[in-house]
Amino acid sequence: MLILLPILVPLLTAIVLVGCWTRPSVQRIIALGSSCVQLAVAALLLHQTSTGRIVTIAIGAWPPPFGIVLVADILSALMITVTGVVSVAVMVYSMSGIDANREAHGYYPLLSTLLTGVNGAFLTADIFNLYVWFELLLISSFVLTALGGGKGQLEGAVKYVTLNLIASVVFLTATGVLYGIAGTLSMGDLAARIPAIQHREILGMVAVLYLVAFGIKAAMFPLYMWLPASYHTLPAPVGALFSGLLTKVGVYAFYRMFTLVFPAMDFGMTTLILVISGFTMLVGVLGAAVQYEFRRLLSFHIVSQIGYLLFALGVGTPLALAGGIFYTIHNIIAKANLYLIAGVAARLGGSYDIRKLGGLFSAAPWLGILFLVPALSLAGVPPLSGFWAKLAVIRAGLEREHYLLGAVALITSLLTLFSMSKVWSEVFWKQRDSNPETDADPAQRPIAYQVAPIALLAAITLTLGLFAEPLFALVSDAARQLLDPSAYVDAVLRRAP
Amino acid sequence: MHILLALVTGILFAGGLYLMLRRSIVKLAFGLALIAQAANLAIFTSSGLVRGEPPIIEAGGMRLAAVSSDPVPQALILTAIVIGFALLAFVIVLIKRAAWIVGTDDLDDLRNVDRTAT
Amino acid sequence: MKSLIVQTTIRALLPLVLLFSIFLLVRGHNDPGGGFVGGLAASAAITLYAFTFGVEQTRSLLHVRPFILAATGLAIATLSGVFAVPVGLPFLTGLWTPENTPVVGAIGTPLLFDAGVYCAVLGVVLTIVFELMEE
Repeated sequence: MLILLPILVPLLTAIVLVGCWTRPSVQRIIALGSSCVQLAVAALLLHQTSTGRIVTIAIGAWPPPFGIVLVADILSALMITVTGVVSVAVMVYSMSGIDANREAHGYYPLLSTLLTGVNGAFLTADIFNLYVWFELLLISSFVLTALGGGKGQLEGAVKYVTLNLIASVVFLTATGVLYGIAGTLSMGDLAARIPAIQHREILGMVAVLYLVAFGIKAAMFPLYMWLPASYHTLPAPVGALFSGLLTKVGVYAFYRMFTLVFPAMDFGMTTLILVISGFTMLVGVLGAAVQYEFRRLLSFHIVSQIGYLLFALGVGTPLALAGGIFYTIHNIIAKANLYLIAGVAARLGGSYDIRKLGGLFSAAPWLGILFLVPALSLAGVPPLSGFWAKLAVIRAGLEREHYLLGAVALITSLLTLFSMSKVWSEVFWKQRDSNPETDADPAQRPIAYQVAPIALLAAITLTLGLFAEPLFALVSDAARQLLDPSAYVDAVLRRAP
Repeated sequence: MHILLALVTGILFAGGLYLMLRRSIVKLAFGLALIAQAANLAIFTSSGLVRGEPPIIEAGGMRLAAVSSDPVPQALILTAIVIGFALLAFVIVLIKRAAWIVGTDDLDDLRNVDRTAT
Repeated sequence: MKSLIVQTTIRALLPLVLLFSIFLLVRGHNDPGGGFVGGLAASAAITLYAFTFGVEQTRSLLHVRPFILAATGLAIATLSGVFAVPVGLPFLTGLWTPENTPVVGAIGTPLLFDAGVYCAVLGVVLTIVFELMEE
C-alpha cells in the first residue's frame, strides 16, 4: 500500500485543490502539506528498499505479467525522495513567488498532477504504463508552460509542445512494435524474454526508437533544441520544477530501459550513447557561454549536465552507474535551486538579464552565498556534491579508457565554472549602472518564503558533499540492482528468487 | 493486408511530418494529429492481424480459439486515442491563443524569444 | 443558431441522447460501450445544445462548472479503487455483488469507476469546447 501513496497523494490533492478553486490561500497550504506527506512517504519507502528489498504491488490484483505492477527498488525510491524534496521547496517558494493570476487559473492542481505523473513514471514496471505517466506529466507541463503567459511564453510553449508530442509518438510506436515482437509489456517479462527473440534487427530498431523518444525528453544532443527555446520563458518555480524533474524522468527511463530491457552492450548502442554524451556536454556548455538571460543560461546548462548522465550510462560499470545516479540526485537539487535563485535575483533586481543586474552582493550578501553553493557544486568544486558525482563518473570513464570523453567532461566542468563566474561577477559583484527599478509591489508577499527553500536546497547540496559516504553506498547498491536485474525481474513476475 | 496497412502507416507518418514542416501553425496541428494516428495504426499492424476471430470464449468453452485477435494492442490504441484526443484538444486551444496573441500563423515569426538580446 | 427547427429538435434530442449515454455507460463492462464512450455521447449532446443556444445558456443548464465535473469524476474513479484496500486486496481490484440485479446486471466497483470516467470525460470535453467557443 505504501508504494501506491506517492501516486495517490498528489492525485487526491489535485482533486481537492480543484474543489477549492477560488481560494488560492487555502490551495497553497494544502499543496504544501501534500508535498510534505509525499516526502515523508518517499523517505519511508526509501528506508524499506535501502536494504535491497524490492517492494511491489500488482494493481487490480491482475496476475503478472498481464497486469500493471508498481515496483520500488533503490533507484525508484531515491528518485521519488528527491522529487519530494524539490516539490516541497517549490511549494514553499510559491507561497510568495508566483503571481495571483496563475494561482487563480489552476497552478497548484497542475503542479499536483505533474507530480502524480513523475512519481508514477518512477514506480511503474510496465512500459505502456510508463507512456501513460509520461503523457500525464507532459500534459500538466504543457498547461503550466502556457498558463498565464504572454507572447514569449506562448511562443516557447508551441515549440515545447510540438517536440514533446513527437517524442510521445515515437515512444508509442516503439512500444507497439516491441509488443508485436515480444508479446508482453511488463518490463520484467520483457527482460526475461528479449534474449530469446530472434528478430535482432527489429529489436535494434526499437532500441533506437526508444533512444530518440527518451532523448528528446531528456534533451540530449541533437534533440535538445526545445529546451533552451522554452524553459527561459517560465516563471522561476515552474522552471525549477521542470529543470529539476522533467528531463531527469527521461534520464531515469534511459537508465531503466537500457539496463533492464535493452542492456546497452547487446545492441551496439554503447558507442552511440558515448558519442552523443560527449556532444551533449560540450554543446550545452558552449551554448550557455554566450547567454546573458539568467534562465536561458541555466537551461543550456541542463543540456550539458544530461551529457554526464549519458556518459555514465554509456560506460556502464557499477562505479559509473553509481556516479550517474549520484549525479542525477545532485543535479536535480542544484539545478532547481539555481532557478529559484534566478527568481529571487529578478525580484530584487527587476530583470532576468544578467547585464542589467548588478550589485546584488552588497544589497543581499546572503543571496550571493546561497548562489555560490549550487553554482560551485554544478561546476564540480570540492567538497560539494557535484565534485563527488563528477569524480565517480569521470574516474569510471578513465578506468574503461575513455580518455577523450574524460577530457571533454573535464573541459565542460571548467567551462561551467566560467559560466557560473560570469553570473557571479555580473549579478553579484559588479557595480550597478542604474538604480534597480524593482516593482515595489506593496501586495508582494514576504521574501522569506522564497529564501527558505533556497537555503534548504543549498544545505542539502552541502550535506551531500560533506557526508557523501552514506549516499554513495546507497547509490552503489542501486547500481548493482540495475546491473543485475534478476531480482527486479523476479519481483515483477512474483517469482520466488 | 499487412503490406497495405504498412503503406498507409508510412503515408500517414510522411504526410504528418510534411505538414509539420510547413510554416503554418494550423498545419502543425494537423500534422500532429496525423502522426498520432500513424502510431496507432503501427501498433495495430505490428501486433498481427487476425480477421473474424474475436478473443471471446464461447459459453461453455474453456479456452480461446487457437488463432484469435489479440485484445491488448486494441486496448493500447484505445488508451492512446484517448490521450491523443486530450493532447490534440490542448494543442488546438494553445495554437489558437498563440496565433491570437502573437498575431500571426507563421511559425517563422515565433522566434522572438530565441533571439539573444543584444 | 437561431433556427427554430434546430432548437426544437435539440430540445427533444438532448434527453434522449443523455439517456442513451447512460445506457452505454451501464452496459459497458461486458458489451461495447463504457464510461468513455458514454461521456463522449453526453458531451456531444451538450455541445449540440451549446451550438444552438449559446455557451451562457448551456452553463446555466449544467449548474456546475465543467472542470469541477471533471475533478468529481476523477475523485469517483479514484475512490472506486480504494474500496478494495480494506478488504485486503490491491488498489483498483474489482469487487462485485454476488447476485445479478435486474436490468443493470452485476454491480461492482468497475461500474463506479466507469461512472467516474464518464463524468471526467464529460467535464474535460465541455471545458475545451466552452473554451473554444468563448472568444
